[in-house]
Formats: sequence, C-alpha cells, structure tokens
Amino acid sequence: MSDPSAREDVIGQSVIRRDLLEKVTGAAEYTVDITMPGALHAKIVRSDRAHARILDIDAREALTLPGVVSVITSDDLRGLYPRFGHIIADHCILAIDKVRYYGEPVALVLAETVHEAADAAELVRVTYEDLAAVLDADQALAPGAPLVHEQRYASSDDDSFRLLTGGKGKVATEAAAELSNVAHQVTLEWGDADAALREADIVVESEVHFPMLYAYAMEPYNAVASYSADGLTVISTAQHPYMVRDDLARIFDLPLSRVRVRAPYLGGGYGSKSYTKVEPLAAVGSWVARRPVKLVLDVEESIYTTRADPADVKITSGFTKDGRILVRVIDMVMDSGAYADNSPLVLAKALNRSFGPYRVPTLRATGRSLYTNTAPASSYRGFGAPQGALAGETNLDQAADRLGITSADIRRLNLVDRDEEILPGKRGLDADIKADLEMVLASLNRDAKDVAGYGVGFACTASDAGAYPVSTAQVRVQTDGSVTVLSGSTEMGQGSRSALAQIASHELGIDMSRVQVVQSDTAITPYERTTGASRTTTLVGLALQRACEDARKRVREMAAEIMACDGDEVTDVPGGVSTPGQAFLSYGDVIKAWFGAAAGEVTGVGLVRREGVTEKMPPFWEIGMVGVAVQVDSDTGVVTVDQLVTVADVGFAINPQAVEAQDLGAATQGLGMALYEELVYDGAQLANANVVDYRVPRATDVPAKLDLMIAQRRDGVGPYGAKGAGEGTLNPVGAAVAAAVARATGKWPDRLPLTPERVWTLISDSGSAKE
Amino acid sequence: MLAEAHLQRITARINGVEVTRTVAARLTLVELLREDLGLTGTKVSCELQVCGVCTVLVDGSPVSSCTYLAIDADGRDVQTVEGLADGEQLHPLQTAFVESMALQCGFCTPGFLMMSKALLDRVPDPSPEQIAKHLDGNICRCTGYEPIIRAVGCAARRLRGEADHE
Repeated sequence: MSDPSAREDVIGQSVIRRDLLEKVTGAAEYTVDITMPGALHAKIVRSDRAHARILDIDAREALTLPGVVSVITSDDLRGLYPRFGHIIADHCILAIDKVRYYGEPVALVLAETVHEAADAAELVRVTYEDLAAVLDADQALAPGAPLVHEQRYASSDDDSFRLLTGGKGKVATEAAAELSNVAHQVTLEWGDADAALREADIVVESEVHFPMLYAYAMEPYNAVASYSADGLTVISTAQHPYMVRDDLARIFDLPLSRVRVRAPYLGGGYGSKSYTKVEPLAAVGSWVARRPVKLVLDVEESIYTTRADPADVKITSGFTKDGRILVRVIDMVMDSGAYADNSPLVLAKALNRSFGPYRVPTLRATGRSLYTNTAPASSYRGFGAPQGALAGETNLDQAADRLGITSADIRRLNLVDRDEEILPGKRGLDADIKADLEMVLASLNRDAKDVAGYGVGFACTASDAGAYPVSTAQVRVQTDGSVTVLSGSTEMGQGSRSALAQIASHELGIDMSRVQVVQSDTAITPYERTTGASRTTTLVGLALQRACEDARKRVREMAAEIMACDGDEVTDVPGGVSTPGQAFLSYGDVIKAWFGAAAGEVTGVGLVRREGVTEKMPPFWEIGMVGVAVQVDSDTGVVTVDQLVTVADVGFAINPQAVEAQDLGAATQGLGMALYEELVYDGAQLANANVVDYRVPRATDVPAKLDLMIAQRRDGVGPYGAKGAGEGTLNPVGAAVAAAVARATGKWPDRLPLTPERVWTLISDSGSAKE
Repeated sequence: MLAEAHLQRITARINGVEVTRTVAARLTLVELLREDLGLTGTKVSCELQVCGVCTVLVDGSPVSSCTYLAIDADGRDVQTVEGLADGEQLHPLQTAFVESMALQCGFCTPGFLMMSKALLDRVPDPSPEQIAKHLDGNICRCTGYEPIIRAVGCAARRLRGEADHE
C-alpha cells in the first residue's frame, strides 16, 4: 500500500496536477455547468444611466410572456437585509430608490428558460429621474459634487481589516468625517516628511496614472441558489465561500450553519472573484420563488460587476547626493466606483506597496478611495501593488537618472536586507531581495541587444502577503490508509488541490494517488478565511501539516491502546506506525483494530491563527522581481517584448513547474496592463466592455525570451520553508515595462498601458530623443 | 412568442452519435451541446467569436459554437472535447497539455484543444510561430501561452511518431 519513498520524493517535484486530467477531457465541473432540479433562470434588468432616481418599475408586460414567473425589485426584499459588503455594507442587492452606475441591477426576472428570462428583461420598463453624476475622481472631489451615497452604512467591526493595513507608524484608516464621495482614506506616516524634504540633496517628483482594468476570468460570474425552509444552498464562482456565506447569512438572518456555499473549479479568479458578487441575486430570487434559481452573467455584465481600481499617484522622494532615500511622500487617489467592496483594503495595500522594499527613514503616504457613478471596483491580482509600484519604481529610476547612477545601483543602495523591517513593527523581510535583483540583472545583461529602440527595464516589489492568518484543515484517514484532505480554499487554477495533496502525501508517507483533496464547501470543508494574497500554500499548507500531525498522534495513541504499550513506544513511520511488538502497523490496521471492525476513520485537525510562526504580520513578504527588454518601433509606437525575466522567491517550490506556470501567467497579465489593457469610460458607459475592444495578451504576444527563475532559500514560514507565489511576479511588470520604454525612447511615460498611439505620441512630442 | 416559433428539425452526428432534435432557430450550437445534450465540456465566455473558448469542430473545421446556430449543424459532423479521447486513451494533445501545464483553470482548454486539433489535422509539423498564429484567436488568462505552444508542438511530434526531445 503506502510507498515509503513517497515521503522523500513528492515535495519539491513537478508532479502532474491531477485536476488537469479532468480539465482536458471536459469532465471537470465548473459552477456554470451545474443546475439544480426545477431551477428557474434569472436575467438582470440593469440601469441604463449613471445616476438617477427610480420613479417606477413596470413589469406588467414582461409578466405576460410565457414562462415568466416573477420580476423582483428591491421592494420585494422587505424583511431582508438588502445590502452586502464585507467591509462597508453599502452594496444594494437590487438598487434601492436610486441607481448609482450604468449597469447596476434594478430588477431580476425569473423564467423557466434563459431565453424567456432574457426576452422578458427587455420588456421591464423603468422610469428614472436623472441626477447629476460624478464619473471620475476629479468630478467626485470637486466642491459641491453630487453625492453617490447620502448616508453611512454599517462597517465591519472585524479588527483584522485594520491589522491588514499599515505598520506601527502612525496609521489612520477610516471613513471620512463628513459626508462626501470619499469612501475611505488611509494615512501611513513615520518621521517628519516636510523637514526631511528640506534636508534632501535632491528631490524628485513624478506623477503616474494607472489604468482601470478588468481581470477577465474567462468563466463569467454565475451562481445557482436554492432557498428552502431548511436553509440556503448556493453554488457559485466564489474565491472566498466563507466570506460569501457571512454576507448571505446577514441578508436572510440565518444561522451560519444553515447557509451552504460551495465553489467547484473556478474558470479563473485572479482576485476578481473575491467576496460577494452575484450570490445574493440568485439567493433572493430563490427566496421569492421558492425554486432554485440559476444566474449566469455575460462578460459585459461581469465587467460592470467588478473592475479594478485605477489610480492617480503623486510621489515626491528626497535623496542624499549619493542616492540614499531620505523620504518619500505619496498621495494616491483611487476611483472605486459606486460601492466600496474591497477597495478600502486595496487602497491600504496600495499605500503599503507604493514606496518599495527600500529603507525609507521618513514616509508620508496618504490615499483616498472615491465613490463615483461607475462600476464598482474591488480586488485584482496584486491588490494595489501594481498601482503603487508603477509610481514608486519609476520615480526611483528617474532619481537614478538625476543622480547619475544606474537603476541597479540605486536599488542596491536602498533595498532592505534580510530581516529588516519595511513597515515598522511588521515582519522583517523574509527574503534576500538583493540576490534576487542580481539574478534578474545577470539574465537581462546576458541577452541584451545594442540596437536602436531597444530598452531594458526592471522593477522590484515586496508585498505584505498572505492576508489574515485564519486557516483550518482536516485530514480523514480511511481504513485502507487513503486520505481525504478537507480545505475551504478554492481551486481556481492556481494548483492548490495538487500542492495540498503533495503536502499530505509527504506528511503521512502515502502515495499521492491515495490522497483526495476536497475544497470549498462550507457544509463540509473547514473554515478558510479567503483564497487570495497568495496564501494557500503557506497558511493552508501549515494547517494541513498540523492536521496530518494531529492524525498521526491520534493513530499513535490508538496503536498504544491496542498494543497496551506506552505512547512513546509508538513512533511514526511512512504510512503507519512502528510498535514494539509488531514492526509496522499501517494506518488502516490501527483504525480497524481500534474500532473492532473493518470500519471507522481518524480525523486530524490543523488550525492556524496569529500565533507562533504566524504571529507577526504579514505572514510572509511576496517578492516581485521582474526584468523586461523591449523593442520600440519609432514609426508606429508598437512595443514588442523581447525578454521577460522573473524570479520567484518562494522559499521552497513544492511543485517547481507550477511555480513557473503561475509566474508566467502573472507576468503575462502584467504585460497586458502595461501594453494593452484599459477600460475606458465614455460618459456614463464603458466604451469597451467586451473582449473585442478590451484587448488582452494573445498567443503571438509571447516574449521571444523567457527566463523564469526560482530562488529557494527555505526562508518562509510555510511548509518546508515555502512562501506564496502567484501575485508577486505581476506587481512590478508595469513599472519595468515603463522603464524599458523610457530607456528605449528617452522619454518617461506617465501612464499605462503603453499603446502604440501613446508611445508614438511620447516619441513625437517636442523634446529630445534618446539621450 | 418571439423566435421560439421558428422550429426546425435537425440531425447531426455529435462525437460520432447521430442526434435528432427539433430546435428553435435562435438556439446556438453550444446551447444544444451544453443544455440539451449535457456536453458541458464546451464552455462559453465572450459570446462575440473572439475568445475561442467555445470552439468545436464542424466537419473538421473550427467554429465558435456560441454564435453558430444549431440549425446550421444539420447534416454535419460535430466534434467536441468530449470526443477527443479514444475511450480511456487520451489524445496526444490532451496528454501534452497536462504534461506541459498548458492549462491552469482549464476553462479555455477545450477550445484550445479543438483549435489545436484542427491545426494538426492539416499541418502535421507546425513551427512554434505557426502554432502561435493559429491560436491567436484563443484567449488564455492563466498560462501566458508559451506552455500551450510547447504542448501543441510536443503533441505534433508524438502524432508523427517521433520521440520526445524537449
């Protein structure tokens, strides 16, 4: 049965991911593939204006169509808590009294078929009285601007959100004092910034605009829900099923135990499926109709459901004449759209990640997240880091130019050392970021070309990753020695199902083929706070190691009882225990003997909280270390990526091929935001809420040279010294590409994406060519 | 009411099985596959013929099943990802995709597999550039494409009976 060698072999190996076998045959089950018996189909009636009072909703004609069962508006939600939001409960399930953005759900049509629901949705007549709208950050901040929200809402009293933000310095993170369009503001400060700027030998100011983005997880948001007297069951595209459960329980005033949220394979997430999206709509549909309700959005609707925060960032840095950072002053404004969602946290993280992994003796970083009459913004892979890094890293490069030193040297001079704090009072850096930088530089230099229009850029980030450490895991050891691993962490493509199987296989000394990992079903799998911030390998991995240890301990105790020996005479061996009388007893032998039948099982439980290795926040720092070389066509402005060089500083790669795969995927999304991707509002509506006009990287965009390196120094708190991966490599890409284009053209771009038009304009603007 | 009135009887061979249905004129091929026949391996994303997720083969040619009408499949041969393996034996493309980690979330994968099959059926020895160009209309947000291009090249070698030399 068990293969003792597995204990040594399975971790650190590029094993075949078993979930991929299901996925290549079409057998893998995604939310969109799931229906429930007797399910109705829902279609959303959406606002066709940015800001307007709802005067009347007339569903009479829609209700005459065959198959139409119900048209639900916010009036039908009386008795329910009609909003959701894990930080600020401001998000209406269906618009109440007024609409706050084009695309906001106003009514929900339920019908027997998808076509019938769609036909009827066209016939729901909504009468509006237009209100003055604020469509961007400047309009939202203008004196006397119309208010997106005229009231305050309940905010989360969960202290962990505060702990996820700044360091020990002066940190303020709060809602604004007076009613305004400022949804949230954050200040992060240490030292006297004004005095430090006066003392600086040189001061470098810059300003950047980071674009509005859409993650484009290819499976659009969808859910199927069933409400009955027994409770609520929802299957959805949720990265964080437990967070969604909490929102749903509040809406229906149900005990948490009677709300079941399950997330099967997700067709991509990248942070965009964090927190509650369409689940309340499907659930209230089922609550009204008392039949299951399935709701599937299309891509345009998904774009209007959640986008990422664009940012305007001003940064002023003071340096000594030899290039040491004395002070950085950052002001960031994010356009967070009509509802807060996760933007308060994105803002706080963006500030944490805006000044870089450098020794910054004095800092003043302020940020505001604004309500506007646009689609709500929330998490996207990297979570504020790409916004912050574009500002901080390009500012550092410009300082190097002014100081007459290289971009490499200014980083060598200022990067923090191992164990040195980046945020005061937080975990010191658990990485050798200087060594990572040298790896990138060596690779870039090896293949650098000396031709016109060629430019090399690189950038570094360190993100306070892992989110808040509340993780649990269980292992159920069966009578045949096979094992079921239970985790509330969602498999959305990143490969956690396989990595957790590797860990359990190693910890219990059984072959991976005998480990089954079951994820993300709040009725079955134990609590997991979130699936994000690259946390799963580290935090769920730790919980799983502890669960395996707990299971082994229980088996040892059972074996001692069976053998009537002292507990310390029983020792772990791969696949079972060694006892004094009998050399080897498999897990199954022990379980069967203890229960006295060919039956039974042993459950091991592992818990992780802010204690021991995970007491200090963040649980780990996620390094982003990326270099690119680009070729700029001066006639057309087209930027071609020649080299992409990345370092995954992961401590220990449990599956090296999977680490490389995550890094290339993350870097490619980074190249998308650097070169192609931007949502553009044209008045109340997006001009490009589709995949034709929102252009993402394609197969012919792959850089000519890829060098995906892994640094393994076993310096993480996760299993075997592992740290998370998946976001880090995206974070610096925008800044690196901007720097490369600057080196190629002699002009610093101040915004992404660097489309051919923008680059051509940059080159053609008056001013010198490459110096 | 509306388009439901226009019904048409069609017969198509789907993964080798003859299927006869009376369908609404506006029913798309992917709706027939997923909702009527339960062949949920084929996915839908952009619904604009630009992401390639819903690609299936009709008489051997790739089509976007999200916009291809079911009635247009009348009398034709339709192949989906469920028909790619030979029983339990995976197609070399499927094996190569798994080995090269040419997928992660897997949502785009059925479309990539069918599009790649259409290439290898015509061009047994494609260059990486030919593969990339052929797959330029299929979007993947997880992998960064290079593993996919490598996997298709690897599958082509195996289909030609050559040994791996990666």
